[in-house]
Amino acid sequence: MMEDMSHYPLELTGPDVPMVRFMNVTKRYGALTVLDDLNLDVTEGEMVTIIGPSGSGKTTVLRMLMTLETINSGVIYVDGKPLTHMPKNGVLVPADAKYLRRARASIGMCFQHFNLFPHMTALENCMEGPVQVLGLSKREARERSEELLEMVGMIDKKDQHPSRLSGGQQQRVAIARALAMRPKVMLFDEVTSALDPEVIGEVTNVIRRLVSEHNLTMLMVTHQMGFARDISDRICFFFGGRIEEQGPPDALFGNPQRDRTKQFLSAVKEAD
Amino acid sequence: MQWNWEFTYEIMPRMLWATLNTLMAAGVGYAIAVVLGLALALAQRTPYRGLTLVVREVVEFIRSTPLVLQIFFVYYVGPQYGLNLSPWVAGMIAIGLHYASYLSEVYRGGIESVPKGQWEACIALNMTPVKTYFRVIIPQALPPSVAGMGNYLVGIFKDTPMLSVIGVAELMHAANAIGGQHYRYLEPYTIVGVVFLMISLPSAGLIRAFEAWVRRKLGMR
Amino acid sequence: MSYPEFLAQYGGRYIDGALITAAQFLLAAALAVVMALIMGVMKLSANPVSKGIAVVYIEFFRGTSLLVQLFWLFYVLPLFGLTFDKFTTGFVAVGLNLGAYGAELVRGAIQSVPKGQWEASYALSMSPATQMRRIILPQAFVAMLPPWGNLIIELLKGTALVALIAVSDLMFEARQINGSTYLSAQAFGTALIIYYIFARFLITPFMRWLERAMARRLGRG
Repeated sequence: MMEDMSHYPLELTGPDVPMVRFMNVTKRYGALTVLDDLNLDVTEGEMVTIIGPSGSGKTTVLRMLMTLETINSGVIYVDGKPLTHMPKNGVLVPADAKYLRRARASIGMCFQHFNLFPHMTALENCMEGPVQVLGLSKREARERSEELLEMVGMIDKKDQHPSRLSGGQQQRVAIARALAMRPKVMLFDEVTSALDPEVIGEVTNVIRRLVSEHNLTMLMVTHQMGFARDISDRICFFFGGRIEEQGPPDALFGNPQRDRTKQFLSAVKEAD
Repeated sequence: MQWNWEFTYEIMPRMLWATLNTLMAAGVGYAIAVVLGLALALAQRTPYRGLTLVVREVVEFIRSTPLVLQIFFVYYVGPQYGLNLSPWVAGMIAIGLHYASYLSEVYRGGIESVPKGQWEACIALNMTPVKTYFRVIIPQALPPSVAGMGNYLVGIFKDTPMLSVIGVAELMHAANAIGGQHYRYLEPYTIVGVVFLMISLPSAGLIRAFEAWVRRKLGMR
Repeated sequence: MSYPEFLAQYGGRYIDGALITAAQFLLAAALAVVMALIMGVMKLSANPVSKGIAVVYIEFFRGTSLLVQLFWLFYVLPLFGLTFDKFTTGFVAVGLNLGAYGAELVRGAIQSVPKGQWEASYALSMSPATQMRRIILPQAFVAMLPPWGNLIIELLKGTALVALIAVSDLMFEARQINGSTYLSAQAFGTALIIYYIFARFLITPFMRWLERAMARRLGRG
């Protein structure tokens, strides 16, 4: 059955337009509903961390926002404009490939397994998007990339291929690569989960710096509860495809209201 | 029957000349196959299901029917409809198309071996599908394809004797002609075998070395 | 002449040719399997003589072309007093050629059986022959069946070359009919379709069935 799209605005207007808005978003894999009628706003410059047990749909939220997954119903807006849909004859219709490419330009993502291009050096990885997608000159792209590699502390490894770098180093290059596209929204999908414990700090420190020095809007999925509590403006606890509870980190970690949140947090604490 | 060295020396220049033609046939046929094979592989990866199915079936058809029959088909069907192809042109089309279908499978395997995360990274960097293929996917699909590509280069070389059936003047054609003229088959056919052996024997090692070189060149170890 | 008329007139000859092709295929396949098993196992032998024989066999038949081998057997062997009829020469050449490729599959599959299986059967005091027959080969069979599927199609395609030494197979009939009718598209096209039916609807499903049956026997189905 086709969803009635008429009640979704073609564009968000007004004084408080959020940077990201999920509006009645549902995602299903066959009979399994991964996300059920999700409504979530992220304001500009906000750092929102999504926590929850595995299978709660938290990674799917980021993947839908990166347009790596299609959605079954609802609309996602970025910076006031629809991302998953495009206006046509006064109503929203599913976005075509061309529209998607334009709409997702303001979003950057870092992955659990880095996904660096193995046939390019660290610097070439960072320059690839600016040169090939944004059309920057090589010189401009190099300057921008070297600046970012400097920021993530990888400038002295800029001519190494990913196979020569540790996991933590690869992830830092991946962050620089995503930032080189000057996104408005950055997504961090379990960026420390594939790392050895001793190098997690070098990646979280980079993200800390981003939060304190830049006005980026960020969504993060992580299992590092302490880190999430330190740097987030808001924590969303997902359970069974829904937001079970959300709030400022101190409130959610210090005084959770819902039983499932309490159970999850105490289970995580025990595991630590 | 004795091996006749004098006869061997006499026919050697002609056999060596024909060897050059054999190498040229293999080279030209392979060049066609490399490019056309990529087109066949990419055509199976478009969003159009119908195109994928048709190309798959065509590749399957070419792969499972004899090359020698395809050579005859291409050479003789043209004139029936007023299109005359020289033996060389018909032969290159047939052998190029035949090996394109093999190479398309090699490429397909190579492309499928590229991890899903690489595609996702390209989406996250907002790259176009064309740039995604040519800048990220194909360079990574290449190293695992090199061995298969090399084997089919040797394969196309060993299949060139079939071109003699429509009169392409390669080694086998020369051997047949010499045999017919002098009623001596031992020397020409043996020379053909030796030439093939001399070229194919070192090829396995060369392919391995080349594969390692490609990996090094792309910084992938 | 319409195509149905063409088929009505020449269909019988295509069937005759297809039967000869089927016979060549089955005999060559049987020879190839036997040669592959013997030579594949011999290549892994510690005895330098049997290993040497296997290496020479494999490299010789893989390194020269099937067509060269066929002509050599047909035109040169009789000069040394060894005369076979053309039918026998045909399937022997095809079987020996593809057997060499098969031997490498057998060798690879045997080597892919985990070392622990050798050690476990050794620990049960099995003789090397029993080890090979009862423990190693059954596991190797499952591993090598998928590539054998491709090889068997190559073998079918290889049988088309026996037409060139005048064995009246499918390819031979197609050439004869082309020569007398000049209806090249129909003459060669029909043969191509019959080869395709053999490959895609008889041989491939049989090999798939065999793969499943073997996997079931090993309890992996």
